[in-house]
Amino acid sequence: MDLSFYPGCTAHSTAWEFITSTRAVFDVLGHNLEEIEDWNCCGGASARALDRMVGLGLPARNLFTAQEAGRTLFAPCAGCYNNLRRALKALEEGGEEADALKKTLGREWDKPIDVWSLVEFFQRPEAMEEIRNNVKKPLEGLKVVAYYGCQLVRPPKVTDATNWENPTTLESACEAAGACAIDWSYKVDCCGADMGISHGEHAGTICSNLGVKAAEAGADAIVVSCGLCHANMDMRQGEVKLPVLYITELLGEAFQCEGRDKWWKKHVIDPSGLFK
Amino acid sequence: MNEFAKEISERSGQPISSCYQCGKCSAGCPAVQWFEWPNHGFIRKIQLGAKEELLKSHALWMCIACETCGTRCPNDIHISSIMDAMRSMAKAEKVASAEPSVMAFHTSFVDSVAKYGRVHEMSMLVNYKLKTRDFFTDVGVGMKLFFKGKIPLKPSRVAGKADIDKVMASSADKR
Repeated sequence: MDLSFYPGCTAHSTAWEFITSTRAVFDVLGHNLEEIEDWNCCGGASARALDRMVGLGLPARNLFTAQEAGRTLFAPCAGCYNNLRRALKALEEGGEEADALKKTLGREWDKPIDVWSLVEFFQRPEAMEEIRNNVKKPLEGLKVVAYYGCQLVRPPKVTDATNWENPTTLESACEAAGACAIDWSYKVDCCGADMGISHGEHAGTICSNLGVKAAEAGADAIVVSCGLCHANMDMRQGEVKLPVLYITELLGEAFQCEGRDKWWKKHVIDPSGLFK
Repeated sequence: MNEFAKEISERSGQPISSCYQCGKCSAGCPAVQWFEWPNHGFIRKIQLGAKEELLKSHALWMCIACETCGTRCPNDIHISSIMDAMRSMAKAEKVASAEPSVMAFHTSFVDSVAKYGRVHEMSMLVNYKLKTRDFFTDVGVGMKLFFKGKIPLKPSRVAGKADIDKVMASSADKR
């Protein structure tokens, strides 16, 4: 399948290993990622916190670019995905805000496209079979909890998620790679988001609690699909210190992708011991 | 409804008058321990027209837009959208933020996007540190990331800067 690809700003910085492992895994699965030309920042949480139209306009510019290619736009970062979908919904509704966005950017919304995260990608009926067919080293004995956080699922009117309190797609992907995905009650709790910068101690309170709960559930690692969840959980988990893996890193290990040691070196809590 | 509640309802698109104080929003909020009032209390204050108190509150800036409350609200009231509308109002009316570090983070982030079209963490964090005048908190964490090569020195720039300028200017059109 050909997908348009939105790497997001953190692809070159804090989430380098997420985007690098995503490219590696998609390569193995035989799906083509076409990076959209001259993409810009989605606005993070900050643009919309200060101004609604700036918060919609930034992701909208990427949607207007992506519609030219006519392919589904794939954004692995949960924050980018959520902002892109907010703009998508505004354009689809076609009200005053859509008119304002079209006027500001001088573009028309005439070739509708969809926006996907890894969750939608894994929800395709053939996705689990694709993973199973490419596993070189089943991750037997590895016990994980999947952690979705906020932006992949909420609000459902933006994400179109159907099971927002108890999503299970990431768990299915972990199991397809041979790992054991443990059920737990904190999978859609928030990691503290931007408090990681403005109030690190509060993000620490939240993340260390999540670490304790994951350990109590019996997990060896926490699996995420968001750069911010990863940064907060990797840096502010307190005493427990469970390794935090991107779902694409877990799959990359099962597929034995090249260059994995470079991914592990980017982590604050070293995950390489999980695979010995 | 009072004028303030009407205006916030309109700007945020949220049915504030439908809130019947069930408290489900507050029960699941990850940040409520840092608010003056629980989430449903914040809505009640809007219904009562306590504009000044709310615009000066910590809650306004400590909400992290996780959408847990809005997703669970039986009346489909999204507090996160209400917070967005009220922060814009506070900014337009030049009400000082009760959480300068949160304000400093958001403005540093948006300034970075306005300048390059993409976020450049290094200059954004320096800008943030200058705004908060707090140079020591989390320096260790920052250095760790820097030495892991996660905070590049050089920014990545967008060629279509003219579009970014137009988006940034579109905020003024609405007010």
